[in-house]
Amino acid sequence: MPEPIKGQRLVALFLLGCVLFNYPLLSLFSQNGILGGIPLLYIYIFITWLALIGLMALVIER
Amino acid sequence: MLQGWIIFLISLAYIGLLFAIAYYGDKRADAKRSLSSPYIYALSLAVYCTDWTFYGSVGRAASTGLGFLPIYLGPTLMAALWWFVLRKIIRISKANRIVSIADFIASRYGKSTTLGGLVTVIAVIGIIPYISLQLEGVSTSFTLLWRYPELVPPQSGVIGVLSDTGLYVALLLATFAILFGVRHLDAAEHHEGMVAAVAFESVIKLLAFVAAGLFVTFGLFDGFGDLFTQAAANPDLKALFTLEGTGGGYGGWFGLIFLSMLAIMFLPRQFQVAVVENVNEQHLPKAIWLFPLYLLAINIFVLPITFAGLLLFPHSTVDPDTFVLTLPMAYGQDILTMFVFLGGLSAATGMVIVETVALSTMVSNDLVIPVLLRWEGLRLAERQDLSGLLLIIRRSAIVVIVLLGYLYFRLTSDLYPLVSIGLVSFAAVAQFAPAILGGIYWKGGTRSGALTGLSAGFLVWAHTLLLPSLAESGWLPLSIMEPGPFGLSWLKPYELFGLSGWSPIPHALFWSLLVNVLGYIGGSLLGRQSVLEHSQASLFVDVFKRSGEGSQINLWRGSASVTDLRMLLGRFLGPGRADDLLSEYARQRSLNWTEVTNANAELVNYAEKLLAGSIGAASARVMMASVVKEELLNMGEVMGMLDETIAYSRQLEQKSQELEAATAELRAANERLQELDRLKDDFISTVSHELRTPLTSIRAFSEILFDNPDLDANRRSQFLSIILKENERLTRLINQVLDLSKIESGNAEWYVSEIDLIEVINESLQTTSQLFTENEIDLQLDLPDSVPPLVADRDRIKQVLLNLLSNAIKFCDHSAGWVGVRLQVKEEVIQVDVSDNGPGISEANQRIIFDKFRQVGDTMTEKPQGTGLGLPISRHIIAHFGGELWVTSTLGRGATFSFTLPLEPPLGWQNGAAEIGQSDTNIVVRSELLGQEFGDQRVASHRTQTGEQN
Repeated sequence: MPEPIKGQRLVALFLLGCVLFNYPLLSLFSQNGILGGIPLLYIYIFITWLALIGLMALVIER
Repeated sequence: MLQGWIIFLISLAYIGLLFAIAYYGDKRADAKRSLSSPYIYALSLAVYCTDWTFYGSVGRAASTGLGFLPIYLGPTLMAALWWFVLRKIIRISKANRIVSIADFIASRYGKSTTLGGLVTVIAVIGIIPYISLQLEGVSTSFTLLWRYPELVPPQSGVIGVLSDTGLYVALLLATFAILFGVRHLDAAEHHEGMVAAVAFESVIKLLAFVAAGLFVTFGLFDGFGDLFTQAAANPDLKALFTLEGTGGGYGGWFGLIFLSMLAIMFLPRQFQVAVVENVNEQHLPKAIWLFPLYLLAINIFVLPITFAGLLLFPHSTVDPDTFVLTLPMAYGQDILTMFVFLGGLSAATGMVIVETVALSTMVSNDLVIPVLLRWEGLRLAERQDLSGLLLIIRRSAIVVIVLLGYLYFRLTSDLYPLVSIGLVSFAAVAQFAPAILGGIYWKGGTRSGALTGLSAGFLVWAHTLLLPSLAESGWLPLSIMEPGPFGLSWLKPYELFGLSGWSPIPHALFWSLLVNVLGYIGGSLLGRQSVLEHSQASLFVDVFKRSGEGSQINLWRGSASVTDLRMLLGRFLGPGRADDLLSEYARQRSLNWTEVTNANAELVNYAEKLLAGSIGAASARVMMASVVKEELLNMGEVMGMLDETIAYSRQLEQKSQELEAATAELRAANERLQELDRLKDDFISTVSHELRTPLTSIRAFSEILFDNPDLDANRRSQFLSIILKENERLTRLINQVLDLSKIESGNAEWYVSEIDLIEVINESLQTTSQLFTENEIDLQLDLPDSVPPLVADRDRIKQVLLNLLSNAIKFCDHSAGWVGVRLQVKEEVIQVDVSDNGPGISEANQRIIFDKFRQVGDTMTEKPQGTGLGLPISRHIIAHFGGELWVTSTLGRGATFSFTLPLEPPLGWQNGAAEIGQSDTNIVVRSELLGQEFGDQRVASHRTQTGEQN
């Protein structure tokens, strides 16, 4: 894959992460919900975080 | 059982292991079989996770739930931008042998010593709380462990300095840092051994933390679900499940993400491992996702450990900052406890080693050396070998920095949780962001802008974060906090300018970065860059557009001797190493040092970079200036060079314009030549035609006479007369052609004397009087009594007059012919008009009658009345004497031919003419021709002899 495209995709992921980890999306999950015994917010944050890293790895390694 | 001495021994053994790893790493690097890999690089970046992460995260989670997490989300997001930003910084640093963040900023803004010093001061003051955090972490964990298996919270209150474990920890860490980090002198060289040890420590701390987490989650509880379900039963704990329950709000959350994004780039130790220690730029891409993954892994168990601690130690006898250690302790897990302790130790030592190495480089290169070099009393510049001194400075700097950390720890210990201390440092290094990010993307950033921004940001930081911590620890009066310094409420550190409702860190970050950015941009836009700043700016911003180190702009000129350079390098790098490096340089370029005595710009540049690796860009600049004969060009000289260039390009432009003009002239000349060629062809064909007509008639009549010998005498005489006339015409024509060509080519002879024009006119009229009589033409004369004498060729002027008169006679009205001759003396000229009452000449014909062989009327149908050469010849003659010949006529109302001759002859022709005039033979030849020259046959018989002309 051409190098500049990789950089642009990473910037896009950066912007996506900025949105996902901030108000107002964060507030949607900041509730007293429990999923499998684990608070919803914790699940959301860690899953999103992991997914973001996975996408970054995908962009770089592919 | 964990005895104190066992803990001590294990700790020593662990540190010994780290040394072994470092030693091995250095050996491998020396043998060119580097250990470095993307994985080592990513793990070394994890030096970001210190005791703050290891112990402090849990402490912060205990009070704010997810509030510990932005510190790791920010770097994750930032990692995505590394592709552009960090790669650029790495490339720039490698090209310029940058050894620290202070070096980077100083180098970018014109290798400014002041700026480097300021950055160093900010970094040292800003990082000291952070180092104290590590001391506190290690000291607390050690104290706790010392009492094992009892679980006794560390005593609060005043402890004697000598009985304070913190001091010993500080000294231990300092020793460690000295042994690890400052073995080489060249700070730009990679400390691969140190990086390997740091990477190993990163593995240990991750494993230790995960092990503790697994034990707590699955050993003490029945997995995540069980743990959180139990916590949910407690309303206090349940509040931690959401962001709303934790205070700070989304603004604070975002502020921390932003802050940590800047910290991951600009913390001195992160700059050290990510940029200075980067062996290969290709390691970066993998680290972009491996490093965030590490952060994720080390944070998974923070919340479980937090809740477990809060559930199991309900009465807050245990500091949440120590849960990671105290939980295994409380449940008798000897090995795990020890492992966790080593993890914490790893986190702290890794941070302190890298941080102090980075800071000591900055302190020595950007603070101490510049001062020492300028301190003339020391005569430092004259000492032969300074490499030993450099090492001493760096090592002392490490000890001083760690001890300052300890001092801060003593002053503020127990007041703040670990994370809050660290965030103060984050906010300090965030001040570097505008100068660095602006510096690598905006060429307009100037030294004064960076100085203004950094100073302003640092002052606000000190006011809003450092001051409160000192006040609360009792070293400054508490009145600073409330009602504010000097009683001014708008200066309250936590509510600057009345901005209330913000937590301290985002509040400080906002104000400090605001004034910083404003100062940077404002200072840059208002000030001007020096030449060096300008060249450095383009070097930094356009780093990807340049191919390697060689193509840097060289605004340097002058000379330095190789010997001087060698001595200079020797003083700072050690003589042996300097020789090695110069030999290497010579080998690469096939140079022989015995032949090269003067260094060129490239060598000076090379030496400066070598020196920069050792003592920093700013100091290297100063040192090079001491051996290089001529300094960097100043603005005036650059403008001078620019002017020369502009002048040169103007000359070029002018030359090219001249060339264009010359080309145009040549083209015109060529066109003229072609035109002349065409005219010549026309002329030849016309002459041939004109010659053939009389020849044909001569031949025709001759044949008749030859074929008819019995022709009657009357006819014979008639034919012979025609032959004779045609013959005369032919002769006249040829004479005129010859005459014209002589005049045109400038070979004609001129006989010049003073003449009286009235006399010449009367002679011409006498010559033509018979024609007037024959044709019954009325002659009107208008001559003055006398005219001033003219200098001209009498015969030639007469030739012109005869031509005009014969033409007038020829073309005037046949029934009532009239010809007028008029002579006027004007201001500078004498004008002669010859008028007739003939049919006149149309305007179109007025132009062409002066051309050769052009006559009014159709020569094909009418019998030609002349040769068509009279007027061209006349015009040439008049022009030769500086006069003009022209015609005025209206169709049907006659024509007037006029010519003028100047009273004062034009300069230049008289001498040459007089010369020719002495040659009598020529006059005779010319006079022979003269008689043949006139248009009408009837004139031809009136031969003019030379004798008549005198």
